[in-house]
Amino acid sequence: MGELLLEIKDLKKHFPIHGGFFRGVSGNVRAVDGISLQVYEGETLGIVGESGCGKSTLGRSILRLLEPTDGSVRFKGQDILKLSKSQMRTMRKEMQIVFQDPYASLNPRYTIFQTLSEPLEVHGLADASTRKQQVHSILQRVGLDPSYSSRFPHEFSGGQRQRIGIARALIVNPKLVILDEPVAALDVSIQSQIINLLEDLQNDFQLTYIFIAHDLSVVKHISDRVLVMYLGRMAELASSEELFFNPLHPYTQALLSAVPIPNPRMKRERVILQGDLPSPAKPPSGCVFHTRCPLVQDICKHEVPVWTEVKPEHFVACHFSSNSI
Amino acid sequence: MIQESLPLEASLVETIKDERPKFIHRFWKSGMTKLGVFLLLFLVLFSYVGPLIYRHSAINSHLLATDASPSAQFPLGTDSVGHNVLAQLMVGGQSSLEVGFAAAIVAMIFGTLYGMISGMAGGWVDTVMMRFVDILLSIPSIFILLFLNAVFQPNIFLMIFVLASTAWLGVSRLVRAEALTIKNQLYVEAAHAIGTRTLRIMVRYLFPNIIGTVLVASTFQVADAILYMAGLSFLGLGLPPPTPNWGGMLSDGMNYMFQNSWWLIYPPGLCILIAQVSINLIGDGLRNAIETRER
Repeated sequence: MGELLLEIKDLKKHFPIHGGFFRGVSGNVRAVDGISLQVYEGETLGIVGESGCGKSTLGRSILRLLEPTDGSVRFKGQDILKLSKSQMRTMRKEMQIVFQDPYASLNPRYTIFQTLSEPLEVHGLADASTRKQQVHSILQRVGLDPSYSSRFPHEFSGGQRQRIGIARALIVNPKLVILDEPVAALDVSIQSQIINLLEDLQNDFQLTYIFIAHDLSVVKHISDRVLVMYLGRMAELASSEELFFNPLHPYTQALLSAVPIPNPRMKRERVILQGDLPSPAKPPSGCVFHTRCPLVQDICKHEVPVWTEVKPEHFVACHFSSNSI
Repeated sequence: MIQESLPLEASLVETIKDERPKFIHRFWKSGMTKLGVFLLLFLVLFSYVGPLIYRHSAINSHLLATDASPSAQFPLGTDSVGHNVLAQLMVGGQSSLEVGFAAAIVAMIFGTLYGMISGMAGGWVDTVMMRFVDILLSIPSIFILLFLNAVFQPNIFLMIFVLASTAWLGVSRLVRAEALTIKNQLYVEAAHAIGTRTLRIMVRYLFPNIIGTVLVASTFQVADAILYMAGLSFLGLGLPPPTPNWGGMLSDGMNYMFQNSWWLIYPPGLCILIAQVSINLIGDGLRNAIETRER
């Protein structure tokens, strides 16, 4: 593992619910509720969890696209939540994001050239003549023909657009790239191309990825370490291999048992979760997973499980994690 | 550096060219747009060059030939006080076109700015700005116009200001609604993620995406302004006589509708219609030229 690049401490993002006669705050949606983790240079940290568990909110909060409610985010030792708006703008060339929806994330009024040269312009990274050169070479790098640069987004397919989105994130030479479900909107055949492209780019430019996804097979393939989130909280964090072969949290076990195996004869036990994801506005007491946990005991309803390192580099938040080792 | 890792071949750079036709070509390619431009050109020539060719006073009263139907001497007849209708129509076009266009443009610019700022700012700024618009909208605009025109001595600049002062309200609401939608688009968030300033986002992201709607809405304002001016003239608060204008001529002519004096109604009515149609067609053409997608 490389040097510490990003350190998040107790990060929270609550969305106030307005209601009542005077439109006062009647509650909070705890989308991200106390996340602490470290990201090291050159690694890929996968973040998984079902829809609504706060993965994307976490990604956006790290970049201050959403202002976090509480906590700290230290990038290269600097607390970026304390930066002024203009300092933050400068910082943005170090940390970039690729969005899930390649159709909505490109300005329909911009040509590809305009989309890609804007980051350079905004950060004053190149003069007009070199800008053109740089846009063309990044297009080539992500596997698109540079002559496409005068076209508009609607003239491209989803996979091509996602390549453009990746090019836009990389053109400023960032250290950290947050990939917010970058392949979820694409065909399976295109997914593998984009994943391969992302891996190549990571090797070539020593990028650090935070890879947000709900597709476990993709995460397993690309990640060094994986964080499992449930209802805005951390459930389990371990290296990719450790997590997939030795999941300790019952939620992780349930998620893994839902991954299809490409062999119809192989049978295995499915852990089927009952009920729906509870409302993040009223999270359950104690362990937030206790309403759906197959192993639930009395203690789970009252006591919040402690985030413990049960094995080296393997963290779990479950009262019974040590039993299953 | 990412860029240095892959130098582009020189030959390739040369082959990269702009495939999109120039703005003016995109604007000019539609037949309807051409028609609009020609119609407007016709009206402008009619109003400004016409009086130089057809040298008859629009103000003189021919008291021996009042209410005359079209004849060789008066191609479009005369009105009840013996004004030459054709001469009036030409001179009247000047103030109508000037006021109509200027009021629409002022309303469009101010309404767009106001709506964009309100929508982009959000929160209590947005609430205050929009409640102010709501209050003004709740007063029938004719009262505001009457009040302003009664307090100040009407001239052409005041007229433009007065008409624009109510016309911008609708535009600002429209723009604000659009701004709210676009503000929450993912590509605007992507722009924030890149580090783009809010001002640049307003100019480069919001404005180009709003302008199409604004153009279409604003084209209606031209005819509205001409007709509002007519209403004011009718109430004696328009441009001071004897300066004629189309709206005023039309509302005068209405009084004689049952005497079969069609020459008092159709000519100014047709002029207003042509003005409206031409500006609509031009507005459509502009919108299509701005649009990146073919329609």
